[in-house]
Amino acid sequence: MMNRAALISLQILVAVAIVVLWHLASTTTLFGNPKTVAFFFGDPVSVMRRVGEWVFEGSIWYHLWITLSESILAFLIGAAGGVLFGFWFARKPLVAAVFDPYVKAANALPRVVLAPIFALWFGLGIWSKVALGITLVFFIVFFNVYQGVKEVSPTVLSNARMLGMNERQLLRHVYLPSALSWMFSSLHTSVGFAVVGAVVGEYLGSAAGLGYLIQQAEGVFDVTGVFAGMFVLMAFVLLVDWLVGLVEKRLLAWRGR
Amino acid sequence: MQAETGQTPQDAVHLDGVAISFDLAQGRRFDAVAPTDLAVGAHQFVAIVGPTGCGKSTLLNATAGLLKPAQGAVSIFGQPLTGMNKSAGYLFQQDALMPWKTVIENVAIGLEIAGVARAEARREAQGWLERVGLSAFADRYPQMLSGGQRKRVGLAQVLIRNPKLLLMDEPFGPLDAQTRLIMGDLLLNLWSEDRKAVLFVTHDLDEAIALSDRVIIMSAGPRSRIIGDYTIPLARPREIGEIRHDPLFNDLHRTIWNALRDEVIAAYRQTGAVSDTKASVAS
Repeated sequence: MMNRAALISLQILVAVAIVVLWHLASTTTLFGNPKTVAFFFGDPVSVMRRVGEWVFEGSIWYHLWITLSESILAFLIGAAGGVLFGFWFARKPLVAAVFDPYVKAANALPRVVLAPIFALWFGLGIWSKVALGITLVFFIVFFNVYQGVKEVSPTVLSNARMLGMNERQLLRHVYLPSALSWMFSSLHTSVGFAVVGAVVGEYLGSAAGLGYLIQQAEGVFDVTGVFAGMFVLMAFVLLVDWLVGLVEKRLLAWRGR
Repeated sequence: MQAETGQTPQDAVHLDGVAISFDLAQGRRFDAVAPTDLAVGAHQFVAIVGPTGCGKSTLLNATAGLLKPAQGAVSIFGQPLTGMNKSAGYLFQQDALMPWKTVIENVAIGLEIAGVARAEARREAQGWLERVGLSAFADRYPQMLSGGQRKRVGLAQVLIRNPKLLLMDEPFGPLDAQTRLIMGDLLLNLWSEDRKAVLFVTHDLDEAIALSDRVIIMSAGPRSRIIGDYTIPLARPREIGEIRHDPLFNDLHRTIWNALRDEVIAAYRQTGAVSDTKASVAS
């Protein structure tokens, strides 16, 4: 591999190349009529200007805050439910066997179709979006926790028993850490889905949030607004993902390297 | 020291007609171990040697209470065994440490769950880490250690509870030859302090003779049984690397190997049945 500085310069070069191409396409006749290109793709200068306006006038922070709180609530509630049910199913094979087809059926349903129903049930505020996020997060955490409890090494389990652990202590010192380690290793996916749930919910009907912002712009053919919204969303997800990476590194230190 | 082979209520382990079977698919049964009698004295180091898959680990698991015998009775220090064997410490062949706990947490856990205060348990765990030569590794996780270091942690984890009986299932099996010698010496060193009863399962005859007071030979499975019981009169303290050059060691080795050889060959002929047992033992 090359050294870090060279790598970063190359990565920046890719971004520059894309923006320059985009700029040329939307201002010169190099790739056809610039008006048409700008209509469909916007142009980078206006998009950046729009993002700048949002940030400095402060209108974006409220929407970001709404999307963030929806994502966090969806993640926390969905993960708590997933841990609880994952544990219960893994420890009670009969329950798991009975509910198995229903779990599969529920998970097979594309969650987007639930958004209108949730809007009906919970209104256009944040809770319909939280509910949508929960349905996405729950299953990821549920399956991982279930697996984590099932896949505890039989040797580790026998050893813990020989060391004198009773069922409650096994739960605390063996099953729970194993299940949580599986959950943490899927943290990127589940947090990502919490954001997806929030944004899709907003997009389909709301009064605030990044999804709402994009949907509003789209409604009036404001392509610059759409691209600016996508840019902010991308930055938001990258930031969240980076934070999750930090948390994960700390929680899974025992895996080494 | 007391009489070596007499079966008294004070025996650490007393197997009385213990037989072990596994249910296979389609209602068939696999008889791993035929009815077996075995007594291990309170301060005796006994090794069980046999070809791969002869059911020696199975017998050990029955002694630990991890496995219920199909028939017969297990007594531990004169008490019939029901459920887990609480006076035994068990050192497993595979990695058995909790990977999400640090080395010192792994060692201290046996005391903590028994109700010892955390600070006190940690202090004692640190002492045990010193005795196994790992005091500098207290805050590492098991994944960051070598196989030999993990075995040392396992030894400390088991011994900190001061069990009266030590069960070992090919504990040094996964280690390289040099590390095995070092671990053997460490084990004998720790053992000589209070001479707990030990039941040590291995397929390595050299290791068995070098470590123990008595070597038990088991036949190839299925329905394996004890076919030899040899006293090892080598003087203690022993140094495992050195003792192999002792002429007495060589005589013993020759005698026991003659008995074992036919069984090893028989076991190889039945590899199909053999792999069946292994799979069942793991569960």
